[in-house]
Amino acid sequence: MLDVILPVLVLGALVLALVGGVRRIRLWRQGRPSPVALVPGLAAMPRRYLVDLHDVVARDREFARTHVATGGGFVAAAVLLILVHGFQVESRLLAWALIAASIVMFAGALRVAARRRNPPARLSRGPWMRLPKSLIAFSSGVFLVTLPTAGIVPAGFGGWLIAALLAAVVAWGLAEMFFGMGWGGPMKHAFAGALHLAFHRRPERFGGGRSTGLVPLDLDDNAATLGVGKPDDFTWNQLLGFDACVQCGRCEAMCPAFAAGQPLNPKKLIQDMVVGMAGGTDAAYAGSPYPGRPVGEHGGSAHSPIVLREGRALVDADTLWSCTTCRACVEECPMMIEHVDAILDMRRYLTMEHGNTPNKGKEVLENLAATDNPGGFDPASRMNWAADLDLPLISARGAAEVLLWMGDGAFDLRNQRTLRALVKVLRAAGVDFAVLGNEELDSGDVARRLGDEAGFQALAVRNAATFARYRFGEILTCDPHSFHVLKNEYPAFGARYEVSHHSSYIARLIELGRLPLSDWAGGRVTYHDPCYLGRYNGEYEAPRSALKGIGIQVVEMGRSGFRSRCCGGGGGAPITDIPGKRRIPDMRMDEINETAAEIVAVGCPQCTAMLEGVVGPRPEVLDIAELVAAQLVAAPVSVPRQTREVAA
Amino acid sequence: MQRDGKRSMTGGQPLTVAALVSVGRHPVTGRPRRAEFDARAVELGLSLAPGEALRLVHAGARTPDSDSALRGYLGMGIGAVEVLEQPEGADVVPALEAWVRTAAPRLVLCGAHGETGEASGLVPFLLAERLGWSLVCDLAEVEAVDGETMTVLQALPRGQRRRLRVRLPAVITVDAAARAARQSAFGPARRGELRPLAAAVTPDREAEGWARTPARKRPKRLKIVKATSARERFKAAAAKAEGGGGQVLTGVSARAGAEAILKLLREEGVLR
Ligand code: SF4
Ligand code: SF4
Repeated sequence: MLDVILPVLVLGALVLALVGGVRRIRLWRQGRPSPVALVPGLAAMPRRYLVDLHDVVARDREFARTHVATGGGFVAAAVLLILVHGFQVESRLLAWALIAASIVMFAGALRVAARRRNPPARLSRGPWMRLPKSLIAFSSGVFLVTLPTAGIVPAGFGGWLIAALLAAVVAWGLAEMFFGMGWGGPMKHAFAGALHLAFHRRPERFGGGRSTGLVPLDLDDNAATLGVGKPDDFTWNQLLGFDACVQCGRCEAMCPAFAAGQPLNPKKLIQDMVVGMAGGTDAAYAGSPYPGRPVGEHGGSAHSPIVLREGRALVDADTLWSCTTCRACVEECPMMIEHVDAILDMRRYLTMEHGNTPNKGKEVLENLAATDNPGGFDPASRMNWAADLDLPLISARGAAEVLLWMGDGAFDLRNQRTLRALVKVLRAAGVDFAVLGNEELDSGDVARRLGDEAGFQALAVRNAATFARYRFGEILTCDPHSFHVLKNEYPAFGARYEVSHHSSYIARLIELGRLPLSDWAGGRVTYHDPCYLGRYNGEYEAPRSALKGIGIQVVEMGRSGFRSRCCGGGGGAPITDIPGKRRIPDMRMDEINETAAEIVAVGCPQCTAMLEGVVGPRPEVLDIAELVAAQLVAAPVSVPRQTREVAA
Repeated sequence: MQRDGKRSMTGGQPLTVAALVSVGRHPVTGRPRRAEFDARAVELGLSLAPGEALRLVHAGARTPDSDSALRGYLGMGIGAVEVLEQPEGADVVPALEAWVRTAAPRLVLCGAHGETGEASGLVPFLLAERLGWSLVCDLAEVEAVDGETMTVLQALPRGQRRRLRVRLPAVITVDAAARAARQSAFGPARRGELRPLAAAVTPDREAEGWARTPARKRPKRLKIVKATSARERFKAAAAKAEGGGGQVLTGVSARAGAEAILKLLREEGVLR
């Protein structure tokens, strides 16, 4: 009897899965066009899955092994099942292989079930709780029905009752694994995930690469909606990416805004985009909500607004404005989903179409347009901080080895101390450097993170034109945000230069022995990785080696390096200032305090400001430049001004 | 909520509102922008008359700079600004008057004064006079509108408010007491229309003969504080300015009043 039912079941499930898959593809195709390399993408997919994706999964070793067994077992079992039972290919060998695959899968499924017995909060419940049972049903059912085929038990063993029972178990497994894959069950992640890897919007990320700069928006198209206002304004492969989410909640566990009780949860956000794409409400979502926002009150469709000015739609605006763009979620996501791109796309719409940037956002953007700095200071006073330093202006010299980019920290009393320290270090090493002076404008970072792409592009174009007038070997800055923007986002505007963060530059100077330094005699020091230096640019080593260069043994925090927790200062978050239960810098300071350090070394004006804003008692916050400058022994190498100019 | 309340008080038929907008200038950098007070007038207009019921008009010379400034108003979600082209040195009041008579709004809103040109703040007064409409300056809030009249709060110094009933049609000016203008968004600013309209040009004979010099900061009378303790100094700094020496003239003839004013101006050295 089984040999009649099984082909019908298997092939029927296969057909339904294909129909579901086509439907799913049509959902993705609602998005805007985005060109992809079709065949090379598909060809690269297995490698991307086996290497890049598993690199991320393997951060949780235990689960990585579980997934290899379950996923690998399933893929093998599915193919063999279609051959052996679907098309009734007569082969003992295939049948034995199928039995082996189902055993491997069964072993994996048991471990999935074990993990689900007491699941951590980050994991979604709902249908995901059913999945291990379905996996067990599928693997054990397939195992049992294949025993006669492999000749282990005689055909017709057990009679029709057993056969019917087995058929039911197999049907359950097939429903979850085949049908569910195309029709939006948990197994959807395998299908969407594979295609997402093939058609990823940032293919540079695979093979150990890095791609973090935002994609410029085409402002010449007068009719196009700016940014994303409805789910179908996303590109099709972004929608595909959302669909690949496995609701593992690794992003949620790392998100500083979520931890602070702000109304953001990156996992829920991705799920809401799936809800929007397919149409419906979030009532079926079974994971952690946005803190303070009950589940079930939001919904929408692919062609309806994501955010309403008043009232509820798919998500609330403050969810989008809570994000610090720290990229912790992207770094952690095994499916390589791009949360930050999605959030920024929606912010672009809110700012450029709605004109609705919360709190100080409007003021900051207006200041940037009118004065080229977020504080609204007179642009002619940018150099006031250095009135006594006699800094060489590149306009007076035309060329320099190093162009020192001051950043808007030039207007900030605290950051001026860091800049002074950096100048002292550069002079001690006899570096030939110059500044743009009042010709420097804001880099556009804040405008861009607040969704004002037009404001950003205007600044970028003007800065790029200024750069083009001078000759210099590289740009040096003590601000990781400027660093990232100049290095990764300006090339799209024709400004391609070598850009260094001051920590790497100082590390280089120390290595070359150009700095006369005394050894550190101070107390314990820990180091806070800035998101825009670390996760955005992969620079974790240089700051540590600069500190080592002055004899500091960094006491690492629990979360450091690529898992460093954001200070709360990125992405314009201090400007939009969405309330939560705690402040992000306070939570970071708790982690700093756990190291019992007396000093926390930083490498970013934003981090400095955020961490210094934490009430004491707390460790002292010092920039790497300040720490190094304090260890300089000899008087700065005095190169008379005349000679310096001749040398240039 | 408040907005909806007001709308219902208009009794169903939308109030037609016009806002006069000018080209502004940023106080620090001098870059063209929407004028701060005019933008507040538009904001008030948006709360009173949604959609087509609010019309914006600008009278002045057209340059790339003025266009980019006017687009700032479009970015508030306005479909079009009607532009009465006037050359440099034209008197814009007759052109505005003609436009208002044709458009026939019930309410004309504008900023208390502009940021470029004469910026004297006289336009609304001249316009109201020529139209024969009532005028309210320094409006803080519109409380209710019903058919022929409206109830408004006028801003007085030091945060005080005065409730007024105003007969429509009226000209209204707003300044810093009115609600701040919403953000101007790039998309609508770019898509909105600057609609040029032909308009008669009246040269400003008066201004032709004026000599112009850059403005200087007005001299400020120093407060002489003879305080001996920190407490007194604080009290002096926090105290509100007191007139003290002023006098109130009531029931005197125009001539006597004018003479008193002249005498004061001489004493203060304003007239020599
Ligand atoms: S977005 Fe990525 S990290 Fe977050 S739940 Fe989904 S798969 Fe996991
Ligand atoms: S970028 Fe950072 S703050 Fe934003 S959603 Fe991701 S983890 Fe949360």
